Amino acid sequence: MKINSVKIISLLFFVLSAFYLYTAHQIQVFAFDEGAPFNAKTFPIYLGYAGMFFSGLKIVLPDQKPVEVDPTYLEFKKTILLVLTMIVYGATILKVGFFLSTSLFLIFSYYFLGERRWKYILIFSFPFVAIFMYLLHGVLAVYLRDPLLKYLGIMG
Amino acid sequence: MIEGILIGLKTALSFQNLLMVMIGCFAGTIIGMLPGLGPMTAIALMIPITYGFEPATGLILMAGVYYGAVFGGSTSSILINAPGVPGTVATSFDGYPMAQQGKAGKALAIAAYSSFAGGTISAIFLLIAAPSLSKISLSFRSPDYFGLMILGLTAVAAFSSKGNFLKAMMMCVFGLMLASVGQDTLSDIPRFTFNNMNLSDGISFVLVVMATFAMSEALTIIIKGNDPSKAAKQISLTDLGSIKVNKEETKQMAATIPRSSILGFIIGVLPGAGATIASFLAYGMERNFVKNEEKEKFGKGSVQGLSAPETANNAACSGSFVPLLTLGIPGSGTTAVMLGALLGFGIQPGPRLYQTNPDIFWSVIMSMYIGMVVLLILNLPLIPYIARILAVPRTFLIPMILFFSVTGIYLMSFNNFDIFLMIGIAVVATILRLYDFPMPPLILAFVLGGLMEENLRRSLLISDGSWSFLWDRPLTVVIMLTILLIVGWQIYRSFFKKN
Repeated sequence: MKINSVKIISLLFFVLSAFYLYTAHQIQVFAFDEGAPFNAKTFPIYLGYAGMFFSGLKIVLPDQKPVEVDPTYLEFKKTILLVLTMIVYGATILKVGFFLSTSLFLIFSYYFLGERRWKYILIFSFPFVAIFMYLLHGVLAVYLRDPLLKYLGIMG
Repeated sequence: MIEGILIGLKTALSFQNLLMVMIGCFAGTIIGMLPGLGPMTAIALMIPITYGFEPATGLILMAGVYYGAVFGGSTSSILINAPGVPGTVATSFDGYPMAQQGKAGKALAIAAYSSFAGGTISAIFLLIAAPSLSKISLSFRSPDYFGLMILGLTAVAAFSSKGNFLKAMMMCVFGLMLASVGQDTLSDIPRFTFNNMNLSDGISFVLVVMATFAMSEALTIIIKGNDPSKAAKQISLTDLGSIKVNKEETKQMAATIPRSSILGFIIGVLPGAGATIASFLAYGMERNFVKNEEKEKFGKGSVQGLSAPETANNAACSGSFVPLLTLGIPGSGTTAVMLGALLGFGIQPGPRLYQTNPDIFWSVIMSMYIGMVVLLILNLPLIPYIARILAVPRTFLIPMILFFSVTGIYLMSFNNFDIFLMIGIAVVATILRLYDFPMPPLILAFVLGGLMEENLRRSLLISDGSWSFLWDRPLTVVIMLTILLIVGWQIYRSFFKKN
């Protein structure tokens, strides 16, 4: 058996299924439901076994079509930077407000992906978000929480 | 039925709904045109917006997006040889060579006319088949539904996973596991919440769709370094040539369209088969039907080679609505997303939808047809302009997709936790995608999870805990045997092919 990334992912899934099965057994059901033909943990228990069965087969059986992913061709740096930017965006959107955090997220994302035309970067950030907010909040009456704009008296 | 059609027409032709079809088709075309982004992503991005509308209006918007995205996928197949969706891969076989010969406009017109004709014929089939099947499916019981859901999942895993059946089944189980998070629907007992209040209501369907499609597709494009705009420079996007189709070509299409429509519709109705298989089968069938000299032209810009897959994939799209509307069981990833949206509106599709919500049932069917008319009269003349979207650099495109995804979740919950969970699922989905783990089975399983558990619960309670419900009724036996056949064959193939 040749170890490759798909086998490792399958092994991780096997472990996840085993953990899921263990957690399913720990679900506290009502006392009168304990011996019932079906209770809150019945379905999850079957799922845990099914997950272990299919991932177990994937580990044991030979690969029909081995997937070769050459890490040297993958753009890890850009992807990680983008994910980190999203996390910061997610963390600030409620506190800083939609307008500023979204505009900054877009600016940093454009920049990290290699965009250097600042004219376009600026057009497709602050004014774009402002128009988007107007359409959503002003036209479609979809509530947008923005403490900063509220503090500045721009938004009600 | 006539009354239903009139109700549907009245709803679908209201000003607001007509506007939604147009916006949906237009937005769908643009999103579907971008390589890597298919109808599922397009619909996923629309869901948060549709929740602000009436159910019929929201569904009409999504149906418009669906058809628009399929049409958009054909456009990128023809113009840059980069199919936006798997269902349009066969379109590129003859569409792209035709575009290389300077007939891009004609290729797009043939694709549009074929799609329209295929969609029209299959909409008529849908009108006839859906009410009849609704009546038949009223006799289905919980064990049959439970069996049908497993059949749907295994069929999608078998047909849509390109030989990765076990990977697809793992994704099915993963989808069901995600669906089981939160309070149990009957007893309210928390499951897999790990004492986190944010998980007590379960994981939002929109969150999972956004994470596994829109967001992870965007991240996959970045990590793989694919730049759609680089490919777009191969053919001039400003001069697509005439969109006129001559008499000879019309004659050729007239022969191809009826048979491809019938094939496409039948394939579309089958769970899991869908537009991709329909288009490939129609391409193969057409090659066998034509004369030898025409056969030589296949792959080099044949009119029939382009018309057949385009007709079949659109016919299959309509066909895939039959199990969704009549049984409440989606047969494909896209219809699974639609089912999730329907449940979000508080509507349970199934045999009773036809009786309880005839306005929704019929307006969705009628709006599909109106969507196709809109695509033909609005999008085709605008294609030379819309095609320029293909030249938008990914440096702007990707952040926009991520922004729409995060905003979609932010608008629904105003909760940081949901955004972080979405990012986490998107990262996992991106890694899984890199190693060819398919995402549609995950979504289908996530949507079906609750219904499946409910039907298993009823079946087990009726049979007092005995699994004999699986072979008590002939219909259930047939369904279970089909499942065993599919699973056994796929596992056997996994082992046998290598040895």
